[in-house]
Formats: sequence, structure tokens, C-alpha cells
Amino acid sequence: MKALVAVKRVIDYNVKVRVKADRTGVETANVKMSMNPFDEIAVEEALRLREAGTVEEVIAFSAGIQQCQETIRTALAMGADRGVLVQTDVELQPLAVAKLLRAVIEKEGPEIVIIGKQAIDDDCNQTGQMLAALLGWPQATFASKLTISGGSAEVTREVDGGLETVKLKMPAVVTTDLRLNEPRYASLPNIMKAKKKPIDVFTPDDLGVDVTPRLVTLKVEEPSKRQGGVKVGSVEELVAKLKTEARVI
Amino acid sequence: MTVLVVAEHDNRSVKPATLHAAAAAAELSKAGAGDIHILVVGQDCRAAADAAAKIAGIAKVLVADDAAYGHGLAENIAPLLVDLAASYSHVLAPATTQGKNLMPRVAALLDVMQVSDISGIVSQDTFVRPIYAGNALATVQSKDKVKIITVRGTAFPPVAGEGGSAAVEAVGGAGSAGLSEFVRAELSKSERPELTSARVIVSGGRGMQSGDNFHLLEAVADKLGAAVGASRAAVDAGFVPNDYQVGQTGKIVAPELYIAVGISGAIQHLAGMKDSKVIVAINKDEEAPIFQIADYGLVGDLFKILPELDAELAKIQK
Repeated sequence: MKALVAVKRVIDYNVKVRVKADRTGVETANVKMSMNPFDEIAVEEALRLREAGTVEEVIAFSAGIQQCQETIRTALAMGADRGVLVQTDVELQPLAVAKLLRAVIEKEGPEIVIIGKQAIDDDCNQTGQMLAALLGWPQATFASKLTISGGSAEVTREVDGGLETVKLKMPAVVTTDLRLNEPRYASLPNIMKAKKKPIDVFTPDDLGVDVTPRLVTLKVEEPSKRQGGVKVGSVEELVAKLKTEARVI
Repeated sequence: MTVLVVAEHDNRSVKPATLHAAAAAAELSKAGAGDIHILVVGQDCRAAADAAAKIAGIAKVLVADDAAYGHGLAENIAPLLVDLAASYSHVLAPATTQGKNLMPRVAALLDVMQVSDISGIVSQDTFVRPIYAGNALATVQSKDKVKIITVRGTAFPPVAGEGGSAAVEAVGGAGSAGLSEFVRAELSKSERPELTSARVIVSGGRGMQSGDNFHLLEAVADKLGAAVGASRAAVDAGFVPNDYQVGQTGKIVAPELYIAVGISGAIQHLAGMKDSKVIVAINKDEEAPIFQIADYGLVGDLFKILPELDAELAKIQK
């Protein structure tokens, strides 16, 4: 079977983001961009399925501006077989991405789709669930363990109270949580090899998908800053301050 | 039009997250959105529905009781919500793992772009939500007919869980979609309060060095009636289970007192706790970023400080 992973180009998780002075968004010029960390985990999981013989081919999908090719190349360097880019300059929101994914999935026919549970830029946590809904497939979000056998996927999920295991009829959508695996680094020979791997490029129009944003961002602001407080010299002083000054104990 | 809140519950009682979501619904109602209804969907969930009927400000409780709804499977519950959504202007759920799992599925079936994890309400169609781990706040306007929303609990003080007397009305759905089944749950058992509703939280990070050392934290937590939390580093290292994690992609908390022990303060962790009223940081590295946001910082060896703190708290409690 084929596996499809979706990878998003985001501001690197180590970068301290700055809100633009005109309050239209955050500064992205000259800022380091990387693959969304949860999507790296998705790529890794698909590669492990291929290495285990469960999956024959891993397709890496991304959508957005032309530079998203670089994010696909990163997935190819990790080991994905080929890429699909849906290229557009329109701001893409999760519902639109889910529709683009559906269109590509209908062409490619993967039986398992693995996506990061959340992108660390918009923090939406929607695309996987939306895709599963549009396809009429089952979903397992926040996965920390995935086992595929006999036409079904057993997935352990990280939930508020602990862990929960569900069994899904394949084909299915799985979204990754932090503990699913530790993604590999791309080796230099694999980075070189990735340059030769094919990437198909489409536009939303080619796929017949309307990607017009449904949410309009009116403004983006910096949150109020928390002021640092004081250092105390001893446990005794700390407890005294919590009791008489902060009055929280 | 009317606002529908999807209750978070365990079939017997309503979880506190529901009261925070109801508070957001009350703000919408004040902005002109009309009455508030609550949906309790589960299995043998009549007791939870009766509890929901007592929540202040609720006009009606809808209860959907079916074996297919027992484990909160989104594949089974989403079609029910899609049917109900036709009568509502807003459908809200707490931004818990349950709400995050369910609501985007509902939104996509309705061809609606969900507004995730809102922390403020400007008007019936305009909301504030944190992005980039809370390092920016976006004000967004929804163009969709029905607003599908998840609510950040810490941003909306809970409504009263008692005092209301809403009517309870049964609703039915299609039951099982036949796509997924529940296998098992391994839930952490604890006598301590839940992280997201605790008044005090004591959290440990990589500096704790091992899971065994968490008993030092637990002793302090128990003196304070506190919940125990952790940073991602402590969870990844296997010191404590995943449901302890506080941060951008873990739990978002805002207790009256948050004590961070052996936590350096990565932005992803701060995203989950920086709205706490009072923050205490205990760390041996005086340059640790956590001190920049802490109200009270104590530099030193946590293995010495925690037993001292335990003893000092015992003293004042006498």
C-alpha cells in the first residue's frame, strides 16, 4: 500500500517570532523556516512502515508557495519516495488544505495518511480531522503508537486523562503526537539523492479546489508581556512571600 | 439564533472544562447570539445530563444516549452534530483532546473553517486566538454561516455549575458509522486535582533527573492541594505520563500558583502556563529563561530545596 504524509513549511521552532509593526502578521522575512516538527514525526512513521514492509511507497505532500518544495525535499532526504506540491500564493487555511489533500489522495490512492497533529505556526490542530471527514475515513488523532495489520490500524492516542487505544478500518488518517517516534536526520548522500526524486506540481485550479480563506485575519498583536519578579534568597523567604505578599498559600 | 455547547463529561458528571466553554457561550449570548443549549452525548449519560441542567444560564440540555457514543468516537458523533448544527449559530466545545478531535470533523462536514482555541470574543463573528505558541494574538472574523469553535478554558472564568434548572430533551442520531472502535483506555489515576482545574500546580522538568524523584514534588504538591505537571522534556524522558505535559501542544493551565521546578522555560512550555497568576521558579541555573517570567525565583539545587519547602509548608500549616 501507499502512504501519504503532509508536510508544512513553518517558522523554525527555535525562532522567537515577532509581530509586524503594521499588525498584519508575524515577521517572516529572513527568518529560518523548517518542516513543522509534528510532520517530521509523520514522515518518520511512514518510513518505518515502509522499512517494515507494510508500505511500498511514501509520498510527501505540501501546499503553499513555491518554497514549500524545500520542505518536500527535506522529506525526500529523510527517505520519502516522491513529492506532490500544490502551489499557490493564497493563504491556505486547514479546510482548504484538507480539500487539496482529498483531491490528491483521490488521484494517488494511499491507504494510510499521516499528518502532524498541529502546525506550530497557526496552532489550529484541524487538518487531519477535516481530511478524514471529507474522505469519510476514520481518524486517530494524537497518536503515540501505530500498528497496521489485516486491514485495520490500531492506534494509541495521547488524551487528557492518559492513553486511549482505538482500532480503525483502513484506509485511515492518523495525526502524530510527540512520543510516536524520534525522527531521523537526513544524511548527506540522502540529501543529494533527494534532489533527483520527482515532485509533481499542481495548482488548486488543476485540482478543482476553491481555496479562498474563510477566516479573515483583522489584526495580529503581541500579547501583554509578563514582568519578571524578584529572586528570593531562601525557602523561608519564598514561603513568607507566597503567604503574605502574593497570598496564594 | 442559539448557541450549542458540547459538554465534556464522563457520563456521570460534567467536567469543569464544560463550565469554561459555557462561559464563552454566555459572552456570545450577551453579544446577541440568543439562548444557550448544552449537548451531552454519551452512553448511560443521564446523570451527566442532569448535572448539565444545573449549570447557570443554560436554557436546554440535549441528551444523545447511545452505545455508539460511549467512547467519544468522532466518526460516530460528528454526524449527530452536523444534524443539530442546522438550528444553531454557534457550536462550541472545550479545547480539550476530546473537543480538538471531534470539532474539526464536524466543521469539515459542514464546509466550515473552525476557529480553534479562542481566548477572546469581540463580536458574534470575530474572535481572538493565540498563534505561535501564544507569542502572537490573532483577531479573526469568520465568514461561515455556523461558527464552529473550540474554547481555551483558561481564558474564560467558569460559570456556576449549580443553580440552573434547564429542561432535558432527548435527541437521536445515526449511531455507529462502523469505521472505528474503542479498544482500551489506560487512564492515569490520581487523588490529586486535575491539571486544568487545579488552583495550584507544581511542575517538574528535566532537572528532576528521574521519575522516582517526582515523589519530592508530590510531597510538596500534597501540602498545597496541588496538581502535578511536567515539561515536555520530563515526559519525553519517561519520568511521568503524557497527560502531565503542560505547554503549547500539551495542557494549557492558568492556576493561581504555578511552581516550576527544574524547568528551564522553553517557549513551548511557557505557552502553556504563562497566564498563571503567580509563578515561582526553582532552578539551579540563574540564567534559565523561566526566571524572566517568574514572580519569585529561587536559584539552587532542587534536591535540597524541595525537602526544605516541604518542611516549611508543614510549619505554616500547623
